[in-house]
Amino acid sequence: MSKLNLDGRLIESARESAGRIAEDMQKFINFHTTVAVERTITRLLGVDGVNDVGTPLPNVIVENLKSSGGLGIGAAYFLVNAMLNTGMTTQEIAEKAAAGEIDLTKLPAKPIGEIKGKAYELASEMTGRIKSNRGKRDEYLKTIGEGRRPYIYVIVATGNIYEDVVQAQAAAKQGADIIAVIRTTGQSLLDYVPYGATTEGFGGTYATQENFRIMRKALDESSREAGRYIRLCNYCSGLCMPEIAAMGAMERLDVMLNDALYGILFRDINMQRTLIDQNFSRIINGFAGVIINTGEDNYLTTADAVEEAHTVLASQFINEQFALRAGIPEEQMGLGHAFEMEPGIENGFLMELAQAQMAREIFPKAPLKYMPPTKYMTGNIFRGHLQDALFNMISIWTHQGIQLLGMMTEALHTPFMADRALSIENARYIFNNMRNIGDEVEFKEGGIIQTRAAEVLGKAAALLKDIEEEGLFATLEQGKFAGIKRSRTGGKGLDGVTEKDDKYLNPFIELMLER
Amino acid sequence: MSSGLYSMDKKEFDATFDPMRVRPYGDTMNDGKVQLSFTLPIKADELAAEAAKLYAMKMGLEEPGVVYMADLGVGYSFFVVYGSCAHTIDITDIRVTKVESSVMSMGETDEFIRKNIGKKLVVVGASTGTDAHTVGIDAIMNMKGYAGHYGLERYEMIEAYNLGSQVPNEEFIKKAVEVSADALLISQTVTQKNVHIQNMTNLIELLEAEGLRDRFIVTCGGPRISHELAKELGYDAGFGAGSYAEDVASFVAQEMASRAARP
Repeated sequence: MSKLNLDGRLIESARESAGRIAEDMQKFINFHTTVAVERTITRLLGVDGVNDVGTPLPNVIVENLKSSGGLGIGAAYFLVNAMLNTGMTTQEIAEKAAAGEIDLTKLPAKPIGEIKGKAYELASEMTGRIKSNRGKRDEYLKTIGEGRRPYIYVIVATGNIYEDVVQAQAAAKQGADIIAVIRTTGQSLLDYVPYGATTEGFGGTYATQENFRIMRKALDESSREAGRYIRLCNYCSGLCMPEIAAMGAMERLDVMLNDALYGILFRDINMQRTLIDQNFSRIINGFAGVIINTGEDNYLTTADAVEEAHTVLASQFINEQFALRAGIPEEQMGLGHAFEMEPGIENGFLMELAQAQMAREIFPKAPLKYMPPTKYMTGNIFRGHLQDALFNMISIWTHQGIQLLGMMTEALHTPFMADRALSIENARYIFNNMRNIGDEVEFKEGGIIQTRAAEVLGKAAALLKDIEEEGLFATLEQGKFAGIKRSRTGGKGLDGVTEKDDKYLNPFIELMLER
Repeated sequence: MSSGLYSMDKKEFDATFDPMRVRPYGDTMNDGKVQLSFTLPIKADELAAEAAKLYAMKMGLEEPGVVYMADLGVGYSFFVVYGSCAHTIDITDIRVTKVESSVMSMGETDEFIRKNIGKKLVVVGASTGTDAHTVGIDAIMNMKGYAGHYGLERYEMIEAYNLGSQVPNEEFIKKAVEVSADALLISQTVTQKNVHIQNMTNLIELLEAEGLRDRFIVTCGGPRISHELAKELGYDAGFGAGSYAEDVASFVAQEMASRAARP
């Protein structure tokens, strides 16, 4: 039952518009691949490690394909063809290729049927491994349980994975349910994923497969100690979206930031590149049972939270449709939004409440990810702690799924251990003390809250109609999201996009989508 | 744990304000009361509480009271401590480096530029280097500004280019030359291990190497930036936390006018 008395037909029509926007884009996506997608396939087929100057082998392989014009045929085809020719493993082939001893595109072509058969066989081994990771998570959830929703989500960001472990284990002890290891500044713009354990980062820690493994192992220990499964989160964004997804799937990460449009708007990554990359990354996340988090909160750090609230809702609709097309069930869609209105606004709390309740009712099964105040945190830590308290109240009131806790020292420094402990205490106090307020309190018919929600929904539906008519690329070019304009051929990473050849092969899409 | 916080013992203070011997104020002149919180990497027990108290005394607090101790898990403990600080400060002997311009409103700045410069000022801004955060540069430059302070894009007499985040210094300079900028604004928001200092120094070095340093007014801003630091690094001005578009616009306009007046 709707507490907001939202217009069901309007929701339906907004959803249909978003569906057609995504469908239109999906046609484009299906005809293209990227260097990041091919590196991901290379990794999923068993290639890892770096060459003698530190370049990851998947980059070496894919650069080789790209420079000899084979990118459109894809890494799976050439790697498997090389296996059939040489009898070596993919890893051995990659090492030989890195040493310049073989050129993947120059080997005799085996029959396509044979290549396909072997590719699917090899791919099934990897999907089997990912499936067993999923089973292991389910087993943990069944045997040791998990925290109540909203899950308490906190960030660690020391730059050193071993120091991160100390911070993360402390946070788990204090009551955190999800630990996100913030990536080092600038990693999203690297067109490769660094290798091995790392101890130096700026404003965060490199996402590497080894770092994932170290942290997951530490949190498994914490989970057993705390008697609840502690989820691990990282960031599938930037120029390596699908690669990070693949590494996360292999190392049993549980939550991934994974927005369809974020890289375009906030990192100036080319829109064609991002849309293709997001699709494969989400297919992997969907298959691995990973909860994705979308990044609508970011719109409000540049655009105004009151005036542009409808763009958040519109983007949630679009993210939902892209996710569905990548095989992500609603239960894994942590659609994002944020408590970012200027604190001086009269009845701002009511408008925030309307927005959060609206998201809850429109996406009833999604574990909504609610983001804390950041833009209007000032260094007055005492007021900041109160702003975070109001944010926590809305979350418990409207049954949010994932609560990224605000820190009173936001805008000052990456969180100290004590900052995190105080934030967790704040959230736990409010969640417990107000647990069922949302079940008890209804909203006045035609009052401020209902009226506000209706207005935002109306504007979002109209915006989606607009986008549907103009197409998503054109909309992004006009700056309708977050007030940021991007050109279709501008931004980073376009040279890594290519059309698929007739012989193109990616066994993972089929295996992962059919489950 | 707390000692003396609610003590009935009357302490004798000299209750007259002395600018040469200023102390913190709780509720009585010169009582020296301060509050602080910190974490020690030891487990929370009586020993930890005593350690926190003694540590506070080393910081110059008399009769410190550990009013709260909490276990942070993994062998760390958190403290809230109150006490009276013994130190005084002579404020008659302090010199501060401040931005030397008087702050004007948006309308006044536009008028000032019209009258004294007679053309639109071109301002290029960005969050440069690896910094991905645009909140600072957006607050200063975007039309809407921040907390009711309109940004430079709204000024009639300013042509503002906000290049966004993670802009390499080389690209930033190229754009500045291309649009014949009068002033450059660099924002540095999140920084670790002083990477912002290296990045800011690098920009000045590049400008100097290309012989462009004198062509632009170069300013920077961010929560960790002070005017003093900015001057030290070779910038014309630095804007710390709590600065708004009008602070930047006023400085740029007045500096332009005074440069134009120079022979």
